[in-house]
Amino acid sequence: MEWLERFFPYILAGLSVGGQYALIAIGYTMVYGILRLINFAHGDIFTVAGFIMVYMSATMPLYISIPLTIILTVLLGFTVERVAYKPLREAPRMSIMISAIGMSYLLQNLMWYVTGGLAKQYPVIPFISDSIVVWVTTTKIVTLVTPVLTIVLVILLQQLIHHTKLGMAMRAVSRDFETAKLMGIQINSVISATFIIGSFLAAVGSLLYFSNYPTVTPTVGAMPGLKAFVAAVFGGIGSIPGAVIGALIIGVSENLIKALGYSTFSDAFTFALLIFILLAKPTGLFGEKIIDKV
Amino acid sequence: MKTNKLSWMIAFVLLALMFAGLYVLEQTLPPTTMLFTILKKSVIYALIAVSMNLLNGFTGLFSLGQAGFMVVGAYTFAILTIPVQHRAMVYQYYDGGIVQFALPAALGILAAGAVAAVFAFLVGLPVLRLKSDYLAIATLGFAEIIRAFIQYEGLGPLTNGSNLLRRFPTFTGIIPPFAIVAFCIFIIVMLIHSTYGRALKAIRDDETAAEAMGINLFFHKQLSFVISSFFAGVAGALLAMYQGSIQAASFKSSMTYEILLIVVIGGMGSISGSILASFLFIASSEWWLRFLDNELFIGTFKVPLLRSGFRVVVFSVIIMAVVLFYRRGIMGDREFNLRFLTRGRSKAKERKNG
Repeated sequence: MEWLERFFPYILAGLSVGGQYALIAIGYTMVYGILRLINFAHGDIFTVAGFIMVYMSATMPLYISIPLTIILTVLLGFTVERVAYKPLREAPRMSIMISAIGMSYLLQNLMWYVTGGLAKQYPVIPFISDSIVVWVTTTKIVTLVTPVLTIVLVILLQQLIHHTKLGMAMRAVSRDFETAKLMGIQINSVISATFIIGSFLAAVGSLLYFSNYPTVTPTVGAMPGLKAFVAAVFGGIGSIPGAVIGALIIGVSENLIKALGYSTFSDAFTFALLIFILLAKPTGLFGEKIIDKV
Repeated sequence: MKTNKLSWMIAFVLLALMFAGLYVLEQTLPPTTMLFTILKKSVIYALIAVSMNLLNGFTGLFSLGQAGFMVVGAYTFAILTIPVQHRAMVYQYYDGGIVQFALPAALGILAAGAVAAVFAFLVGLPVLRLKSDYLAIATLGFAEIIRAFIQYEGLGPLTNGSNLLRRFPTFTGIIPPFAIVAFCIFIIVMLIHSTYGRALKAIRDDETAAEAMGINLFFHKQLSFVISSFFAGVAGALLAMYQGSIQAASFKSSMTYEILLIVVIGGMGSISGSILASFLFIASSEWWLRFLDNELFIGTFKVPLLRSGFRVVVFSVIIMAVVLFYRRGIMGDREFNLRFLTRGRSKAKERKNG
């Protein structure tokens, strides 16, 4: 019981961070499922969402600035796809991945320019920033809200994917791009829809994530972005439940490592886990098997 | 064969001219000139870019671990070459560290490459079995792991933890970095022109076909990975010498991205492209576009947008334009050569053979 009391705060924090990673990871995994592209810019979209919130809430009340942040982030995700990925539809996969890296570079530099490289105070969102006592520890309400909200959003997303026409189109495109096209599916709108959903979840994730921290800086999103990506790979890229489980595992184990006093290695552990899973089961926990055809 | 020999000769003459030019510059301009700083940094980046191109452009392995091997090289160099009398000061939190000898700089550079190569060999054993994106993310992960270990307090007596390493030898002039890089790139070019190089290109073009032709996939991938990392390690040591102090925190994945962008701008699979792009990249990011960072008044009119940070924004927009509209980069997969001087002859030869 004693060890549970000691580790409980960390597990709680881990579940919360894991939920936030999960919201980002879904964006990665959906895009990968459809375009076979690691969207390196996704982590930066997440950070941009943080900054939009900072600037919006400076002039507007929260009930306007929160929806506006989400809308603008979605718009950004949509634009990034149209500008940087759509023209490369027929190009080799490496080119489009490089374009994603270039886009990430551009977004980071743009944030640097707009903010002057300074850390910006993140607004306090009432209610979710309030403190609450849970069993043996004090935490913010956001810690409890995140896992619940994540699960609700994922269930909604699963409904969308399995029970709507758009979802069916998405599944078809991720199964076989060419055939889906021949069957009359509007590839471009399906891809745009994927980016819109991914950016929406990243925006929500960013609201929750940055509520835990006092400030936002332009490079702060790179690490959660990468970790969310690792979570997506860990769970089997292309699989949404996989991404969520992967993210929760990573969130919890990273916090447990901090609890044991090895904070330096919390990032390294994530990658070690990734490499281990790639070697043991290269397509992740729930990934589909890839067969190499000549 | 004769044209080939001729172009080698021309290349050597050009190299000699370049060194002569550098020597003249060094004698005439004050040593603090911006030009020297830019040239030194560019030439070091040229080596990193070429080493990355060997992997990404010539072997088709999408690896993002370059910064990791550079940090290994930089640290190996620094740890081995800091003069003994300065150690107590550099390692002030760790009682002078555990290494109590100092190698000459040249040996330090070699050791930097060798240690990076050993790391690459070990990392390559598991990682090179992965394909494309998975390989990219796994190598990126390894680079992060290496960085975390270097910053680990427990290794402090060796790596000085997350503190700066400094006081190691630096460049005395502009000739040494150029000479070292020229020599390294020469070796890489020789490798690419050898049968090994052809095997690497075959793997890039079609792995399955290459295997069917009897090329040992794993061996050749490992070879390319180890050699590329060796030179990344050497480049890391040179970068340390250029900067005068190093810190693991600065070798982030964004550094790898920058190098990848240089390779892409120059053209995947073109050595001369990578070299050219490094010079353009460094010169424009550090020098030519500087004016964008300063506020500018024309009369009383303040030119909008110009302020600190605008330079990199413009710069990344240019890069995106290259990536999107000029996908093959400056050189594509061709090499800069002086065939046009000897074109008549080689054309005639082609016709005869053709």
